[in-house]
Amino acid sequence: MSFNAVITWWTENTRLIELLVDSLWETIVMVFTSGFIGFAVGIPLGVLLHLSKKNGLLENTTMNKILGIVVNIGRSIPFIILLVALIPVTRFIVGSSIGTAAAIVPLTIGAIPFIARLVEGALLEVPSGLVEAAQAMGAKPMQIIKKVLLPEALPGIINAVTITLVTLVGYSAMAGTVGGGGLGDVGIRYGYQRFDATVMMITIVILVILVQMIQSLGDHLVKRVDHR
Amino acid sequence: MIEIKNVNKVFYQGNKAINALSDINLTIEQGTIFGVIGSSGAGKSTLIRCVNLLERPTSGQVIVDGVDLTTLSEQELTQTRRKIGMIFQHFNLLSSRTVFNNVALPLELAGVAKSTIKSKVEDLLELVGLADKRDVYPANLSGGQKQRVAIARALASDPKVLLCDEATSALDPATTISILELLRKINEELNLTILLITHEMAVVKGICQEVAIIGDGKLVENGTVGDIFAHPKTDLARDFIRSTLDLSIPADYEARLQATRTENSYPLIRLEFTGASVDAPVISHVAREFDIDISILSSNMDYVGGVKFGLMLAEFIGPEACANKAIEYLKEQKIELEVLGYVI
Repeated sequence: MSFNAVITWWTENTRLIELLVDSLWETIVMVFTSGFIGFAVGIPLGVLLHLSKKNGLLENTTMNKILGIVVNIGRSIPFIILLVALIPVTRFIVGSSIGTAAAIVPLTIGAIPFIARLVEGALLEVPSGLVEAAQAMGAKPMQIIKKVLLPEALPGIINAVTITLVTLVGYSAMAGTVGGGGLGDVGIRYGYQRFDATVMMITIVILVILVQMIQSLGDHLVKRVDHR
Repeated sequence: MIEIKNVNKVFYQGNKAINALSDINLTIEQGTIFGVIGSSGAGKSTLIRCVNLLERPTSGQVIVDGVDLTTLSEQELTQTRRKIGMIFQHFNLLSSRTVFNNVALPLELAGVAKSTIKSKVEDLLELVGLADKRDVYPANLSGGQKQRVAIARALASDPKVLLCDEATSALDPATTISILELLRKINEELNLTILLITHEMAVVKGICQEVAIIGDGKLVENGTVGDIFAHPKTDLARDFIRSTLDLSIPADYEARLQATRTENSYPLIRLEFTGASVDAPVISHVAREFDIDISILSSNMDYVGGVKFGLMLAEFIGPEACANKAIEYLKEQKIELEVLGYVI
C-alpha cells in the first residue's frame, strides 16, 4: 500500500525529482570544490600560524599577529553577509555573480580561516618534544613540517577536514541567495516559501544522509591513520 | 670530545633574570660515559641541551669533536647535529611511524638511499634487540622498548656522541638496568662518548666512569666516580651518595627508641663506611675483641670504583662499658658513627 503510494508519488513528480537530483549535485560540487580549494590554502595558512607563534619553529610574532587578525576578521563576518559583500570579487574571478560557480568563491573564502584555525589546533597537539627530537637529529624546518608535524597531526587534520565539509554543507544552503542552487536552496524555496512540507522534509533527509556519510568517512579515516 | 667552556645561560621571566647555568667548564674525553647529576631545577637539563644547542648558551663555547658549535650558521649546525645523537626521558618517538620508520627517520633526513637505510635499520634493531618489532607502532611498545627504539634512532646517523636526557627516569628499576646495560654495550662496541644527565645516583654508579655534580646552576664537584664516592668534598655530593643507600629506621624500632640508656636497653647505631674507612672485617673483629653481640638491623654496602662504602644500622648488645669501647674503636677506624638512641 505505502510502497504503491511512493511509486505513484514518484511517477507524478518526475520534475521535482529531477530538481532534487540536480540540486544534490550542485551541493556536492559547491561543498567539495570550495572544500578542496579551502584546504589547499587553509592548511598551509594553519601551519604558518602555528610555526610563527612565539617559541615556534619559525618564530615571527609580527607575521603571526597580522595573520591572526586577518583570520579572525574572516571568521567574524556572518556568512550571509560575506556572500553579498564578496559579489564584486566573485564577478571578477568567475565573471558572474550568480550561479553555482559564483557561490563557490564566498564559500571558499569563508572556509579558509575556519580551516586555518582548526589545523592550527591540530598542530598544537603534536608534543613539542617531537619537534625537538627532530631538531636534535639535524632536521631542516621544511623536513620537520613534512616528516614530523603534518604526519603527527594527520588525525587532527582529517578531523578538521570533516568538520569543515559538514559546515560547508550548512553554508551552501545560503548560496541560494546568489542563485547558487543546491539542496538547501530547494528546501527554502519549496518548503519554507511555498509551504511544501514534503519537499522540505525530503531535502532535510538527503542533507542528513550526506552529512552522516561525510562524518562516517572522516571518522573511519581518522581511525586508520591514528596510531597514538 | 666534548668541551664546555665558561658556559652561562640566563633565562628571563618577565624582567627577572634567572641564571640557569653559571660559568660551567667541563671536558669529556672520547669514549667515556660521563654523568651529570643534580636535583630537579639544578640546570642539568639546560646543560645537556646546550651541548647540541637546542638551547643556545648566553655566553661561552661548546666544542664537540673540535668544532665550536656556537660559531656555526643554522645550516652548518643542522649538519653537525647529525653527528650528535640524543635520547629523551619521554622517548619522543613519532606515533605515526612504525619502529622501522622511526629508526629510519634520521637517515631519510640525511637523504640516504633506501637500500642502505633498510640494512642499516635492520642492523640497529638487531643491536637493541627489537628485530621482531620492526612493523609495530610505538603505542604498542613498553617504556623500555620505546627507549630502545629511541637509542637505535639516535645511533642511525653514526654519531660520535650520545646525549641522554634523563633517559631512564620514566622507567622502572629493572628496565633502567637493562637500558643502562645497552648503553654500556654500545659505548664499548662503538667507542661512543656518552653524556648522560640524571637525578639518580644509582644510574651514575651503574655505568658512569666520570661524574659532575651540579647544583643551582653551578658545577659543584667533578671527577671519576670512584673518587667522588670515596672522597665527596661537598655536602651535595654526600647527599647524593647517601641517597643511593637510604636506610631508615623501621617504624616499630622508632617507637621503642629513647634518648637515654636505661636498664635492658641497647644503643642503636648508624655506621657509615666511606672511602676513608679502614678496609678490614671490623664488625666481627669488634664483636670478638670487646665481647659484645652485634645485631645488624639493616645494611646497605656497595662497591664502586674500587671503594667500599655504605650504611649500616645495628644494635650493640652488651654491657655499657664494652659498647662504648667498641664505639671508640670503630671511630678510630674512620667509620662515621652515630648513636641514634637506645632501644628497649
